[in-house]
Amino acid sequence: MKQILLAAAFAALSSSAMAPPTDAGKYQVALGDCEGCHGKNLAGGVVLTTPFGRMVTPNITPDKDTGIGNYTAEDFARAMKAGIAPGGKLLYPAMPYPSYARMSDADIAALWTYMRTVKPVKNSVNVNQLKFPFNLRFMMRGWNMLFFAPAPYANNPAKSAAWNRGAYLVSGAGHCGACHTSKNPFGADKSTALTGAALLGWFAPDLTSDQGAGLGSWSNADIVTYLQTGRNNHSLASGPMAEAVENSTSKMNDADLKAIAVYLKDLPASRGNGGGATGIEAQMKSGANLYDISCAACHGRDGKGSLIFPPLAGNPTVRQVRADSIVRMVLAGGRGASTAKAPTGQGMPSFAWRLSDSQAADILTYIRNNWGNRAPAVSPETVGHIRSALRSGS
Amino acid sequence: MAKALPRKDAVIIGLGWTGAILAQQLTEAGLNVVAIERGPWRDTSTDFNVAYMQDELRYAVRKDLFLQPNVEAMTMRNSAGQTAMPMRDYGSFLPGNGVGGAGVHWNGHTWRFTDEDFSIRTHLTRRYGAAKLKGLMLQDWGVTWNEIEPSFDQFEYLAGISGKAGNLKGQMQAGGNPFESPRSREYPTPPMKMSYAPTLFAQTMSGIGYHPFPTPSANLSQSYVNTLGVRMGQCTYCGFCERFACGNYSKASPQTTILPVLIKKPNFEARTECEVLKVNLTPDGRHARSVTYLDANGVEFEQPGDIVAICAYGLMNVRMMLLSKIGAPYDPVTGAGTVGRNYCYQTNSAARMFFEGKHFNPFIGAGTLGQSMDDLNGDAFDHSKLDFVGGAGINCVVSNGRPISNRPTVPGSPRWGAKWKQATVDGYQNSMGFTSQGSSYPVRENYLDLDPTYTDRHGRPLLRVTFDFPDNDVAMSHYVSDQMEKMTKPFNAKYAAVSRIKKGWDAVPYQSTHNTGGAVMGADPKTSAVNKYLQSWDVPNVFVVGASAFAHNAGLNPTGTVGALAYWAAEAITTQYIKNPGALVHA
Repeated sequence: MKQILLAAAFAALSSSAMAPPTDAGKYQVALGDCEGCHGKNLAGGVVLTTPFGRMVTPNITPDKDTGIGNYTAEDFARAMKAGIAPGGKLLYPAMPYPSYARMSDADIAALWTYMRTVKPVKNSVNVNQLKFPFNLRFMMRGWNMLFFAPAPYANNPAKSAAWNRGAYLVSGAGHCGACHTSKNPFGADKSTALTGAALLGWFAPDLTSDQGAGLGSWSNADIVTYLQTGRNNHSLASGPMAEAVENSTSKMNDADLKAIAVYLKDLPASRGNGGGATGIEAQMKSGANLYDISCAACHGRDGKGSLIFPPLAGNPTVRQVRADSIVRMVLAGGRGASTAKAPTGQGMPSFAWRLSDSQAADILTYIRNNWGNRAPAVSPETVGHIRSALRSGS
Repeated sequence: MAKALPRKDAVIIGLGWTGAILAQQLTEAGLNVVAIERGPWRDTSTDFNVAYMQDELRYAVRKDLFLQPNVEAMTMRNSAGQTAMPMRDYGSFLPGNGVGGAGVHWNGHTWRFTDEDFSIRTHLTRRYGAAKLKGLMLQDWGVTWNEIEPSFDQFEYLAGISGKAGNLKGQMQAGGNPFESPRSREYPTPPMKMSYAPTLFAQTMSGIGYHPFPTPSANLSQSYVNTLGVRMGQCTYCGFCERFACGNYSKASPQTTILPVLIKKPNFEARTECEVLKVNLTPDGRHARSVTYLDANGVEFEQPGDIVAICAYGLMNVRMMLLSKIGAPYDPVTGAGTVGRNYCYQTNSAARMFFEGKHFNPFIGAGTLGQSMDDLNGDAFDHSKLDFVGGAGINCVVSNGRPISNRPTVPGSPRWGAKWKQATVDGYQNSMGFTSQGSSYPVRENYLDLDPTYTDRHGRPLLRVTFDFPDNDVAMSHYVSDQMEKMTKPFNAKYAAVSRIKKGWDAVPYQSTHNTGGAVMGADPKTSAVNKYLQSWDVPNVFVVGASAFAHNAGLNPTGTVGALAYWAAEAITTQYIKNPGALVHA
C-alpha cells in the first residue's frame, strides 16, 4: 500500500506548477503529431500505405542502435528541415520535411531538447519497403530539386499576429496540407492548397471558406471546438482526422487553436464541390426510404443528429467533391475522436452486410442533396470500388 | 506452474457495472488497477451493430450475449433433502457474459431500494413487533439511507436515468413515486414518452386510487452528457432491449457511460477472456495475495494485488468466495457461517388482458417504457392484519413486440395453424398486461454452497442453489395477485387473467435474473459476510461488490442499488482504506 501512496504523491507533484524545461519541446511533438506516424512511444514501426508502396516509420527514440541516439542537434535540424539524415541519406517526403522546413530554429531546438529525454526503445525497423523504383533513395534528390524549396516561415506584415501564427502552424509543424492538399503524380503538393484531397481511402475535406464543401459556415469558435474536442455542432472527427485530433490538435493551447481558426477562415474559397447533382430523382426517392430505415434513428429524419451523433445536414464531410470518406464509413463503419473534453469515441457501425452498392449509393446521394446539402451523386460503381478496396485491405 | 506477474494496487474480478465503477473510482484516486474479465471485449458500434442487432433468433432465443452453461453451470434443487442436478441451459435467470456483464442486456429499470429496506428488521419490528418476522432471516444492512443516498445519486447521474422524482428532500412531487425515500435532486433526464398501454394503465389505476408514475429508466428519454463527459443518445423505442445490447448508445451500460474514459487511463488495464480460478490467501487465511487466472490460451497466471475486488455476477461472487475459502460457508442446519446465507430471488406474477378494436402497437417498446406503482410494495401498506410482510411493485412496461416471442393469444385459442395465426394477429394489437415484481425474503433453508458432485471444465465444484419460494412470499404474492384481479376490472377487457406463484420453484422457464444475497452486508460478522463497506470481515483486503451483498430482495429491480453499493464501496476504499489498510469496521 505504501507504493500506492507514493504513486499518488508523485501524481500530485508532477501536476504542480513546476513545469520541466522539456515542456516546450513536448508541445512541439503535439503540434507536429509525431505520434501519429512514429507511435505513442515514438519507436516507429507504423506502416504507411502510399501510392508508391509500403513505408514503415522509423524509431526516433534516443536508442543508439535502432533510434536516433547518435544524432547531434545539427543532424536533427537537418533531417527535420532539409530531409537529409546523417550520412547524407535522403528522407522520403512521407516525413513532412517540406512543411517542417518552415519551423523556426527555436522550435526545432526545443523539440530536440525534448527528444533527448524520450525513453530509448530498442526497435529495429525496416523503413523502406517501397516498390521499385521508388525504393531508390537517391531519386529523392531529383524530387527535392523539383518540388522542395526550403524556406522558413515568412511573416506577412499585412496580416495580424494571430493570422501569422495560424499560417505558421498550419503550413509548418501542423503539416495540414500533407492530407488536405491534393498531390501531383509525384506526391508533391499541388498549388490548390488545403482544398481537400483523397488519400489512404479517405477524402480529407476542403478547409477553405467555400460555403458548400469548405468551412464557410463555421465560426472561428466552431473550428476551435472541433480541433480541441473532435466535434462541434457541424461535424465529428473520424478516420485519420480523429487520430490527428487525439494526438495533436486536442493538445494545442487555446491561443494556437484560435490562430489556426483565424488563418483558415481567411483562406479564399475553393472552386467548390461541383454543386448538386441533377437527374437523380430515382436515387433520391430510394435514398429517402432507405435513410429512414437505416440511418434516421441516430442522425435524425431532419439530418440534424444529436448531442452524440453528428449531423449530416451542413456537415462538410458529407459534401466533399469525392464521397470516399462517407462511402467508407457506411461500409466499414468508423469511430469518432475521443478527447479529454469529449471522450465518448462514438462509433458508426458497418452497414456492409445490410446495404447493396446501389442502396448505399442511393442513401449517400440522398444525404448529399437533402437538407440544403448539394454535392455530386454517388454511383453504385464508386461504392463497389471502395467495397473491393476495403475487402482487399488496401 | 502459474506465471507470476508484477503486482497491482487493485485487482478487479469482472468488468461489468460494479467492476467498471470500482475501476473508474480507484484509478481516479491514483491506484494502478487491472480488471480481469472472463468474457470477451465488447463495444457498441462493432459488437452491438444496429445493422443486425435486432436479430431476435440470435440474441433473444439463442441468447448470444449470455453466459453459456459450458463455461459455468449451476446445480439446483428446492430443498436440502433433494439431490441438486446441473442445469442444461440457463432458464429461470440469465447471467451476462463479457465486458459490461448484465449491464449490456438489461432492460434498464433503475430503482432505489427504500430507507426501510436498509433497516428492514428495525423498521418492521418497531411497526409490528418481532413476532411478525418469525421464520424470516430479515436483517438490517448496516448502512443507513442518509449514508447511501449520495451513492444512488452518483449512479443515476452517471447513467442519465430518465424519471420523475416523487420525494425531493421530503417534499412530495406531483407525478413521481410518493413511496420513494427522499432523494437529493431530480432525475438527470425527464421520463420516457408513454405509449398507449402504460398511458391507459396509469389513467385507470389513478381512477381507482393508486399512484402510478413513469418507471425510472436507463433507456434515455433524451440525449445526455454524463458526469464523466460521455455522451449518450436518445432511446428510439425500438423494442430490442432486454436480451439485446443497445446499438444506439441510449441504454446505460458500462460501455455507454464509463469505459470510454476508463479504458484510456494509463493506470488501468483490462484483460479479457481471462477466467479467474481463485483468490489466493496467505497461509493464515487473513490476507489475499493474488488471483490465479487462465487466459484464452489456457496459460495460467498469478496476478498479485494489494486489494482484490470481487465484482462478478452476484452468484459468481459467492462461488468465488467459497472456492477461495474467504469466510466460513453457511450451514443451514446450525445457522453458523455466512457465505451462501440469505440467498433470495424474486416472487412474480402477471396479469394479461385482451380487448377488441385496440391498437396497442407494442412494437413501440423499450426496456423501461412503462408506468409503475409502489402502493403494494415493501411496507407501503399496513401489514398488521396480514399474514406476511413484503410486497410487490406493479409494472406496466411495454418492453417489446418482437415477432418470435411476443405472440399473445386469448387462452383457448388454437395452438397452431391458420386459426392460431389469426389469433396472434388479434392478440398482438389487442393485448396488454402488467406484472407484479415481488419481494423475496431470506429463510434458513434457502442458501448457496458448492456442489459435492458436479464440477466445471476446470474441475472446480459448481455452485449449488437451494431455493423455494418461502411461505411468507407466497402469501404476499397471492395477496398481490388478488389485488391485481381487482385492478383488471375497470379496464372492461374482453378477457383478463392473473397468474399465481406456486411452491416448487422451477429453474426452466424464465422468471427473473434478480438473484441476490449469499455474501450479504451487515453490522454483525456472525450474520453477514461483508461489513457495511462490502469488505470481507475475514479477509479485509477483499471487497465483494454486487447484489450478493443484498441482505434481502425487495420488489424492485436491483441494478440501481447495485450501482449505489459499488460507488459506496469505492468511496470507502479511496477515502478510508488506502490511507489505512485494514478492517474498516471492528466488530
